[in-house]
Amino acid sequence: MTAPAAANAALDQTVVSLPVQETARVVRDTRPLRLITCGSVDDGKSTLIGRLLWDTKAVKEDQAASLQRDSSGKQNDLGLPDFALLLDGLQAEREQGITIDVAYRYFATDKRSFIVADTPGHEQYTRNMATGASTADLAVLLVDARVGLLEQTRRHATIATLMGIRQFVLAVNKIDLTNYDRARFDQISHEFRELALSLGVRQVTAIPVSALKGENVVYDGRASMPWYDGPTLIGVLELATTRSAQTVGFRLPVQRVSRPGESFRGYQGTVAGGSVKPGDSVVILPSGMVANVTKIVTFDLVRNAAVAGDAITLVLDRQVDVSRGDVIASIDSQPMTGLAFDAQLVALQPEGIQPGKRYWLKSGSRRQRVQVQPVSQLELKSGKWNHADELPMNAIGKVHLAFDEQAIFDTYEQNRTTGAFILIDPDTNNTVAGGMITAKRAALGGIHTEESRVILSLPADLADQLMATELFASRREDVEVRRVTAGKAVNIIDAIDG
Amino acid sequence: MPHTLPETELHNPQSTKPPLDPHLKALENEAIHIFREVAAEFERPVMLYSIGKDSSVLLHLARKAFYPGRIPFPLLHIDTGWKFREMIAFRDEMVARYDLDLVAHTNPRGAAENVTPFTHGSALYTDIMKTEALRQALDAGQYDAAFGGARRDEEASRAKERIYSFRTPDHRWDPRNQRPELWNVYNGMIRKGESVRAFPLSNWTEVDIWRYIQAEEIPIVPLYFAEKRPVVERDGMLILAEDPRLELLPGEVKREEVIRFRTLGCFPLTGAIRSEADTLDDIIAELETATVSERQGRAIDRDQAGSMEKKKREGYF
Repeated sequence: MTAPAAANAALDQTVVSLPVQETARVVRDTRPLRLITCGSVDDGKSTLIGRLLWDTKAVKEDQAASLQRDSSGKQNDLGLPDFALLLDGLQAEREQGITIDVAYRYFATDKRSFIVADTPGHEQYTRNMATGASTADLAVLLVDARVGLLEQTRRHATIATLMGIRQFVLAVNKIDLTNYDRARFDQISHEFRELALSLGVRQVTAIPVSALKGENVVYDGRASMPWYDGPTLIGVLELATTRSAQTVGFRLPVQRVSRPGESFRGYQGTVAGGSVKPGDSVVILPSGMVANVTKIVTFDLVRNAAVAGDAITLVLDRQVDVSRGDVIASIDSQPMTGLAFDAQLVALQPEGIQPGKRYWLKSGSRRQRVQVQPVSQLELKSGKWNHADELPMNAIGKVHLAFDEQAIFDTYEQNRTTGAFILIDPDTNNTVAGGMITAKRAALGGIHTEESRVILSLPADLADQLMATELFASRREDVEVRRVTAGKAVNIIDAIDG
Repeated sequence: MPHTLPETELHNPQSTKPPLDPHLKALENEAIHIFREVAAEFERPVMLYSIGKDSSVLLHLARKAFYPGRIPFPLLHIDTGWKFREMIAFRDEMVARYDLDLVAHTNPRGAAENVTPFTHGSALYTDIMKTEALRQALDAGQYDAAFGGARRDEEASRAKERIYSFRTPDHRWDPRNQRPELWNVYNGMIRKGESVRAFPLSNWTEVDIWRYIQAEEIPIVPLYFAEKRPVVERDGMLILAEDPRLELLPGEVKREEVIRFRTLGCFPLTGAIRSEADTLDDIIAELETATVSERQGRAIDRDQAGSMEKKKREGYF
């Protein structure tokens, strides 16, 4: 381990990362950062996570000792325990030697604490990655420096993006085995940046890493790579941003109504967006009734405001009918309500997603019946969406959702809580899909049949503007835009106006 | 219009306690969310109460979650009959102070057959007095959801545990067949007889527990604090020697030592540590420099590799 030398060398760097100080009192002024690691066993993912845990002292001596006992002395060539064993918690996996599920790991530095969703890299395990990515703020993608980007790198990056992750770290691992080849690193990180950009992700940090030797993970690898002056992996993680739904409209999905006595009636839930304070006007959806907030009650005190993430009890100024599953929202920035929505989803079970089948949909605390109509399936290899009538396990698809009763959503892009849902198979009670709302479907009867598309004839400049919008990007297969001259557009509109 | 408020404005200046730091606040919010969701979705929830530090935090969070109402479910204590004396005294005090509904259950078969950790060995004893007793109590109460204080950082087999952990009608856990859990949307749909174990502290670490106990001034069993106590050394563990049922083996000597406990269970199976930490500050400081995990003092984890996973599959919490 290059630790002592590296630690000294790190002192004059801007991003200083040391393992937990022995005497430092822990004060956490940030929320835990949630991250997901993507890569295969061959890329050294277990070694990287093991290294993070080891160098931040999250592995205790008795755990290490039991590791050495279990692995009958199997060690890596630096005399450290086999990190993969540390991570593969379940006996079934140990016997098979593969990771079959999402595991969560915890470690901390003196600046911040971290929750890692550790997911397997096999292709058939898209579902595990989607699960791990659903709560993650950042994705660490791992590649072998000798091999470079693989098809699976694109696959992982695509899934991470789809699940709403907008910060990537590319760990170019086993850099020691390329003799610390800078050109090689530059080439891989350039290719990855292009890939990330094509997915719309701009926050990308590439780091040359040797997880085995502990270089640029927690301690810097300057001694071996004087040419690299960027941050270590932990340095990036310490400074990464956590997602916050604070700047959007107020949302409180009601979990339960609290009525401990005649005199008190409060609505309990976790704020899913924006903020609220006494005096604010709110609307209760789906009923549309309006009320004002009088009090925000918590165990400790009556608060003068609450923000996204806070678990609160809200008291309103009048008797309104509110029950579990309703959403209390700011009156001037309301979520969408309707009977038809567009969504993307990941099919999680062997039965896949069958067209026309009625599932349970749960979003926040709201559960309702839904009919799912698959439209297309993403080909992860090329990034193309192909027509599909049903979605097999591990497929990522676009679907139409049709409800019997009013549904309440934001787009996932705007709100990762009120835009997310799961599908439950009523026959098995199992969770069969995780989904993200992309848009509300206009209830234009007849136009939105499965085969036909809406044709918009617009003046060329307007057409270009429309096609450049983000909203339009998600509707591209539904709409065909025809550029016409301004004069012809006037004729068309006149004809419609009658 | 949407607006954001700086964190400082959120604190009521009339409150004497400083606000929780954002890290603990996030963990607290998540736990309260889980408590409310389970209470709303299940017909007969129950909370496993083991009297230890994690249970104390769990109880505190439950009180917060349902305030200003009472906790809308009972607490269940599996009493093996071999708990530390101070634990039972503490339990009874909590029940009185917070007006809790407590169900205490001891396996009648175990009591009749006089199953003890000394006569039956730790594995069989745990199986009968804890796992089997828990199944009996859950069946008797027809509980469809049981809260537990397990944390994912505790032990390797827990790292893949869900927040809603699905159990078959005979309380078995199948690690290969767990429901995927995305975002904070939990699937609480079960058939009759099936149940769910819910873990609001899944994402907490041992340090988080202690820092939260300190910040929220949560009462805990005094055994966690260092004090001079009678002990005997057995199988490399320091066993508290105050219960008359503990018979000294040849060569064993009872002596007074300054010790404390990092976890609390059945006294014959729970090892103390030599420590001077008699305040929360000292405990946290000790923890931050600790080089062994808290389960190191637990005999049941060491029976065999994959020991905890095996117990969990059979229905142990």
